[in-house]
Amino acid sequence: MAMMKNITIGQYIPGESLVHRLDPRTKILATFLFIALLFLVNTFTGYGLSALLLFLIVVLSRIPVKYVLRGIRPLMFIIVLTLCLHFFMTDGRVIFKIWFVKLTYEGLIRGLMMVSRLILLMIGSSLMTLTTSPILLTDGIESLLKPFKVVGVPAHELAMMMTIALRFIPTLVEETEKIMKAQMARGADFESGNIFQRAKSLIPILIPLFVSAFRRADELAIAMEARGYRGGEGRTRFRVLKFTYRDFVALVFVAAFVVVVGIYF
Amino acid sequence: MEQEALRNVSLTIEDGEFVGLIGHTGSGKSTLVQHFNGLLRPTSGKVFVDGADIFSKDVSLRSIRQKVGMVFQYPEYQLFGETVFEDVAFGPKNMGVPDSELHDRVDQALGLVGLDLSLKERSPFELSGGQKRKVAIAGVLAMQPQTLVLDEPTAGLDPKGRDEVLSLVAHLHQKENKTIILVSHRMEDVARLAKCLIVMAHGRIALEGPPEEVFREADYLEEIGLGVPQVTRLLQVLKKQGFDVNPDHYTIDAVESEIVRLLETK
Repeated sequence: MAMMKNITIGQYIPGESLVHRLDPRTKILATFLFIALLFLVNTFTGYGLSALLLFLIVVLSRIPVKYVLRGIRPLMFIIVLTLCLHFFMTDGRVIFKIWFVKLTYEGLIRGLMMVSRLILLMIGSSLMTLTTSPILLTDGIESLLKPFKVVGVPAHELAMMMTIALRFIPTLVEETEKIMKAQMARGADFESGNIFQRAKSLIPILIPLFVSAFRRADELAIAMEARGYRGGEGRTRFRVLKFTYRDFVALVFVAAFVVVVGIYF
Repeated sequence: MEQEALRNVSLTIEDGEFVGLIGHTGSGKSTLVQHFNGLLRPTSGKVFVDGADIFSKDVSLRSIRQKVGMVFQYPEYQLFGETVFEDVAFGPKNMGVPDSELHDRVDQALGLVGLDLSLKERSPFELSGGQKRKVAIAGVLAMQPQTLVLDEPTAGLDPKGRDEVLSLVAHLHQKENKTIILVSHRMEDVARLAKCLIVMAHGRIALEGPPEEVFREADYLEEIGLGVPQVTRLLQVLKKQGFDVNPDHYTIDAVESEIVRLLETK
């Protein structure tokens, strides 16, 4: 059960730094630019410069480096797998060979590049969620998606769904713990047995959880309608997003960096 | 961030006792009872059931959970079975009761909570709120625990449902000789049944003793967000105003005869 408390989605760390105060749209766009950069770059110098940019932002955001690096941990398995696949499955100049396992020069280079790309990608996007509260993030997404309404993207509805989902994560975690305890009191065992037995032992948790999630959804829908919610049309906002000169400077800087590094490296 | 939920709580509950555990929301009563069957492990201190330390290596928690049944708050929210039978049989099945005995166990448990056996093949989700709660309680009773902990078993029920659950609890105590620990913040419910009250406040045991003794501390109880049954309060106020009454009664019947006596002697 200790595991449940470590789930952090939208692991926002409140702060007053320059990065925190940027408009969420700036941060979303900058993150996309940065991701694009990672796919343009194909030299170690390029990755080094991208890492430098990230480091600069981390320093500005005043977020402890260990929080930033923690974002990589769930990717450890994929990182190791990527390394292994590239190291040993790429044909080319052989560095050494044991039985049928061979390490090639091309594999080494490509593996390291893929992994740098993965790590920078993860750090870059977690930096956005670390410095932006989930609510602001959805506001930003809604605002950025607005132009696509013409082609039928339900911007407001998507943002509302995200907000509600984020709001209910802690509630559902708490509910899960309660149900787990109740079933454990009836002798349920979630820890022993093979994978099939363990999967089956989750049924007494999942069914009550779904039932209560649907019940909560119904109640929430009624409560929202009772307070006059009719969708996004004509709805005003409590928090109005403001794009300031700071955002302009930050975005121009990141864009320029991406163009220069993307073209030359 | 971390908060101490309980401190210095030391108590003994004898076999066959009926204990009422009362306290304001957040006083630690639910946390305390979850130690009784090993759902929570105390950071320091020990829990003994039948003289055995439940966290020692040679005691299986499953056997403790069979001995100490626990009915959680709103237990109907843990129902999951396709049929009432499957749900009620979940506990005994986990305890290793053979299939041949399961039907007897389920029938007996449903009989205790007063549900018709024809409901066995129905889905628990089709039942009414009160019936669902009874199915959930039957699910715990089917394990045949010696001790039963009930956490706010009457919350959210209508008066009829409340009476039914409380008389079930009384029956389990008197006829089945089960040790009962009833957690509630409804003084009236607890006082009517429990021979011993434990009052929790701020993670500690604030008061402990038979109801009439505990209710003498009316002012303190009010201070920690509780109170005494209204009829007891009435006697206490009469006493304060100089009438010759014994304010140690807490059931409506006893208070009635006390007032009748007062009126007659006048």
